[in-house]
Amino acid sequence: MEQHDINVIVNGQKLRRRVSARQHLIDFLRNELSLTGSHLGCEHGVCGACTIQVNGTAVRGCLMLAVQADGASVDTIEGLSDSGAIADLQDAFHKHNALQCGFCTPGMLATAAELVEQHPNADREEIRAHISGNYCRCTGYHAIVDAIATVLDARRKAAGGSGA
Amino acid sequence: MKAPPFGYVKARELGQVFDLLDQHGDEAKILAGGQSLIPSLNLRLSRPTLLIDINAIADLQGIRETAETIVVGALATHVALEKSPIISRYVPLVAAAMPHIAHPAIRNRGTIGGSLAFADPAAELPACATALEATFILRGRSAERRVKAAGFFHGLFETDLRPGEILAAIEFPKATASHRFAFSELARRHGDYAMIGLAAASPQPGTLRLAYFGVADRPVAADRAAACLVKDGAAGIEAACACLAEDLEPSGDLNAGPQTKLHLAGVLLQRALPSLLTSA
Repeated sequence: MEQHDINVIVNGQKLRRRVSARQHLIDFLRNELSLTGSHLGCEHGVCGACTIQVNGTAVRGCLMLAVQADGASVDTIEGLSDSGAIADLQDAFHKHNALQCGFCTPGMLATAAELVEQHPNADREEIRAHISGNYCRCTGYHAIVDAIATVLDARRKAAGGSGA
Repeated sequence: MKAPPFGYVKARELGQVFDLLDQHGDEAKILAGGQSLIPSLNLRLSRPTLLIDINAIADLQGIRETAETIVVGALATHVALEKSPIISRYVPLVAAAMPHIAHPAIRNRGTIGGSLAFADPAAELPACATALEATFILRGRSAERRVKAAGFFHGLFETDLRPGEILAAIEFPKATASHRFAFSELARRHGDYAMIGLAAASPQPGTLRLAYFGVADRPVAADRAAACLVKDGAAGIEAACACLAEDLEPSGDLNAGPQTKLHLAGVLLQRALPSLLTSA
């Protein structure tokens, strides 16, 4: 099997690893680095369970090869969680009961984290559109939208803005 | 499912891509954003022996403005197009289509060149390129060809690209003050492939191009329906909808049968009408 050396920063830590060309980034994170917080669902980009951040933007871990992460900075739910960057989102998901089985939650949070950073004035419809690529099979969408909307509102107030 | 084994090369320049394409022929696949190619590998619908990753090639990047056109490098991502002030000002149809293309995490990596070269008949960008009569810039080792959108899409996942060629850029005519456009699609979930969609552009009064997607093996220009609207304006809508039966011969799929699709094509046309006929 063809192997390649990659240099990658995962959750802030510099690593050098040898990976197979065909290995998906999500499998590298889960199987080689034991970062099993990010889940693997459909394996063809539909369900969103494997959503992680690469160079600060949300991507599907099953639609990127580990070898393509050479030179990139990758953040999984473990890193996002440990850094405290999404503590308010996690708290809001908890308070609003926006997770039941929790399988979709790491991907939801990675997607929501990008939304609250890049679209601070998003309304409920925009929140729904933004998370439309992440399946929740426990039918928790309403609570998830509530949780994200609460965080956007709180962040706007904290920033002293007029809100939207 | 996991992808089958393949080799991988991160190409640094176009010359290297042409060398690899010469050596490996059909066995090699170009990897840009990978948002269609990698699923097809994961589902084992495609089994190349080599992936040529072109993401590092500077020649294929960027969005730039010339006197009359906007030239978009094949590697421009969907999110770059979505956020580009140049695109929203000069190619507003593409800007309008962007939020409908898959989901944010996929738009972050998917590229315009990948989407057009993949030529999925249910995809948004091939229809936009058809409505805008975009020009495809195809590069081979020793020559460059320019192909209009109408000649680029040959069939299901089939394009005018020849062995050894790659899609380098797409050139859109710049919208002027009289430009009118409409984009509309019907999908079961926001961001999914559409059951049917319409990309429409009127560069100036008296011209109109209606490109439907999700109805055939490639984008289809509904020229008879467009002629009715150009001739009679809003009063021509009924005749235009009737013409759709001649312009389109929708194939049924899992979502809807041919008659339903034809009906929905008319619904989309009626929705698009106000944007297309608004006077300056």
